Amino acid sequence: MNEEFLNTLGSIIGTATPLVIASLGETITERAGVVNLSLDGSLALAAVTGFAAAWTAQEMGLLDVPMQLAAGIAAAMIIGALIALLVGFSSIKLRRDQVAVGFVLTLLAAELARFLGADYTRIPGPQITRWAIPILEDIPVIGTIFFQQNVLVYFSYFLMFAIWFWLFRTRGGLALRAIGERPEAAYARGAPVQRLRYWYTFLGGALVGLAGAAYSLNVKPGWSSPPAMQGDGWIALAIVIFGGWHPFRAVLGAYLFAALRAVSSNIQTNGLFIFGQEINFPFVLLNTLPWLLMIVTLLIVSGGLTERLLQYMPRGVQHRLRAFLRSDPPKALGTRFEAE
Amino acid sequence: MDIELRNIHKRFGAIHANNDINVKFSHGRIVGILGENGAGKSTLMKILSGFQPADEGEILIDNDIIDYTGPTAAIANGIGMLQQDPLDVGAFTVLENFIYGGVEGITLKRAEAAARLKDLSRRFGFELDPFQPIDNLLIAQRQQLEIIRLLALGVETLILDEPTTGISADQKDILFDALRRLAHDEGLVVLLVSHKLEDVIDLCDEVVVLRNGVMVGEMDMPVSDDNLTSAVIAETKQQLVTMMFGEVLEAQQRPQYEIGAPVLITEELVVHDQRLDMQPITLTAQSGEVIGLAGLGGSGQELFMRACARLQRIDSGALSFDGQSSLKSSYRQLFRRGCVFGAAGRLEEGLIAGLTLTEHSALVSDDKLQIDWKSVEKQTASRIDRYRIKGRNSDTIEQLSGGNQQRVLIGLLPDDPKLLILEQPTRGLDVDSARWIWTQLLERCQRGAAIIFNSSDLEELVTYSDRIFVFYAGQNHEVPDVNQTTIDELGHMIGGDFNN
Repeated sequence: MNEEFLNTLGSIIGTATPLVIASLGETITERAGVVNLSLDGSLALAAVTGFAAAWTAQEMGLLDVPMQLAAGIAAAMIIGALIALLVGFSSIKLRRDQVAVGFVLTLLAAELARFLGADYTRIPGPQITRWAIPILEDIPVIGTIFFQQNVLVYFSYFLMFAIWFWLFRTRGGLALRAIGERPEAAYARGAPVQRLRYWYTFLGGALVGLAGAAYSLNVKPGWSSPPAMQGDGWIALAIVIFGGWHPFRAVLGAYLFAALRAVSSNIQTNGLFIFGQEINFPFVLLNTLPWLLMIVTLLIVSGGLTERLLQYMPRGVQHRLRAFLRSDPPKALGTRFEAE
Repeated sequence: MDIELRNIHKRFGAIHANNDINVKFSHGRIVGILGENGAGKSTLMKILSGFQPADEGEILIDNDIIDYTGPTAAIANGIGMLQQDPLDVGAFTVLENFIYGGVEGITLKRAEAAARLKDLSRRFGFELDPFQPIDNLLIAQRQQLEIIRLLALGVETLILDEPTTGISADQKDILFDALRRLAHDEGLVVLLVSHKLEDVIDLCDEVVVLRNGVMVGEMDMPVSDDNLTSAVIAETKQQLVTMMFGEVLEAQQRPQYEIGAPVLITEELVVHDQRLDMQPITLTAQSGEVIGLAGLGGSGQELFMRACARLQRIDSGALSFDGQSSLKSSYRQLFRRGCVFGAAGRLEEGLIAGLTLTEHSALVSDDKLQIDWKSVEKQTASRIDRYRIKGRNSDTIEQLSGGNQQRVLIGLLPDDPKLLILEQPTRGLDVDSARWIWTQLLERCQRGAAIIFNSSDLEELVTYSDRIFVFYAGQNHEVPDVNQTTIDELGHMIGGDFNN
């Protein structure tokens, strides 16, 4: 296969990774019944914090480069987790509306990122570099696409399988799904509902923080204002829905979105040719293409359209297809739970 | 295992839900816990099963005082409760529900658990497919699963809250057989909370009756063998009713009146649904007539009622209301012409949580732009008076008890509707409140309204309906002669057995 094409696919995987990690984090948070709507702001604040921490360590000559990066990542994860805990605390303890709190925190965190990031704008800092996995990188096609990446990308593969295994293969996963579906039933079976909700909100938030660091330390190194990842938090939230709260489908959604973005930016640089004929139209509109397609797929996956399409299938197939396309949100999503 | 409750007290604000309850339950016995709505029977069972702590009092298991909080601790002490709406997770499969709540190991060990599940269900003649999602199951199957799950956890006292609501006669037989075996052969304590007296007489060895939070009586039931004649049943029933209400209630009779012109006509009406294979429905409801729809929840009767009120899509057929085709009408248009739909979900669809009684009145008062609050206040006060609602104008609807909410809902109906389509009009109400609701409804019938209603209470259907349609998996059958139909026969019909 064309080497250049494979490299493009590889770079799509790379640029999609922050989205992958963020939507996986939000998936487990929402599986526990909590909506953390602060993603867009959290990503920005985590990105600037991660960059600032790594850069400061570098400037002060502290630690070696990998440890500087690790410090940055840790700082970003703490910020992401703290914001998520705020959402958790205000909904679980203070009984406020999750959506309202998350939304306000989005705006707050985004503005805070701009303000705090003013001193770090457009300066070079430490970066996470590529590290191909020996042996695996030599596998034809797959090696080039998946195994000539950086550690964060490899971690995202691991994360996807780990979350899937936890959700569907362990008792802990049953408890996680149960507190998001029917907390009363989980409580009756001895699950500490509130504590688990805090924990998974915290964990999901830490992953969102990691995603933020993935932008400023790798995908779009450094910090700029407006931030490079602006809007991606919302996209990650949409991907969670697109993924039907399933880790594999969420990852697929993130890759799909990144691919669409790559296509549209490619057309903008090189022009669009159909049968050797250059097509001319306002290319700026192409920026909206991924969003537009996201909306359309969301409509298909989560709307009544699937049901209508399914009606034309034979009855036996219908049943299985519906199970595969299942996209019902966790039933207790966004609700409060109080033990009697 | 023997259980003793001593001096149990529980208060909710001003209400003394359990007032000094003292009672013993011995192993091998099936005990019915009886009482009208708000008598405190559910509260007592929740205390025993750990869902609520008692304010005062002690629980003794085999003569030792045991102190526990929370349902898991109760199960660890051998006491488990099957809720009316079984506490399972809809998105899980049968197997996952069975596994979840057990203790051992990190991974699921599905094969082992599946074998255990199969083993237990075979023992009681339950049919459970381990890989079905709970959402696809009938209530009866979800109960069976919950019972098996509790037994697997080593429960020796099994509490069941209204288990016979929404299940067919055959399913009830299977359930009762299993309960008899558990108590009489295996020595478990079985506690049955119910307000269906037939079930209690049929199943229980003894009953405990609560009224207004106080225990007012205990009684042994006649031995349920073949010698249980209808005379004995009737006499026992009368005794129980007297204990429950402190007075003798006369059996309510349908007043006789003229049946008038057709109000609603459906011809070969096919209602749209993705899951059920809905068969065409042909039905005429005449003025003054009460039509009951029987069927297990989700058999198509709810869809049909919603289609008649134009709240559900119709695939084909004809539908006319008051002489005009209403296929293209909206519910709003039908409502203006006198067709009223009352939803079963009181707080979800029928009333609006957060709004006060006055605000509810304002919603149904005339369509003027500005609300005349003074007159609305007056209307509300007169409604409260007329419908004997325990509440004030400024109370929000969720502050009222279920029975009073239902009274508000009925009170908000227009005085002279042409057609009332009512989902489970007396769901969750005690005998007394239910009768009162029906008095109000029948008054409207007498003035010329037709009523179409559904109910999971077969006695209610047989008592009030002029005609009954049975729904089963999307099919519908009219019961040939309602006056000659017994509750038992109807119970078999809703389970799909139309031959006898």
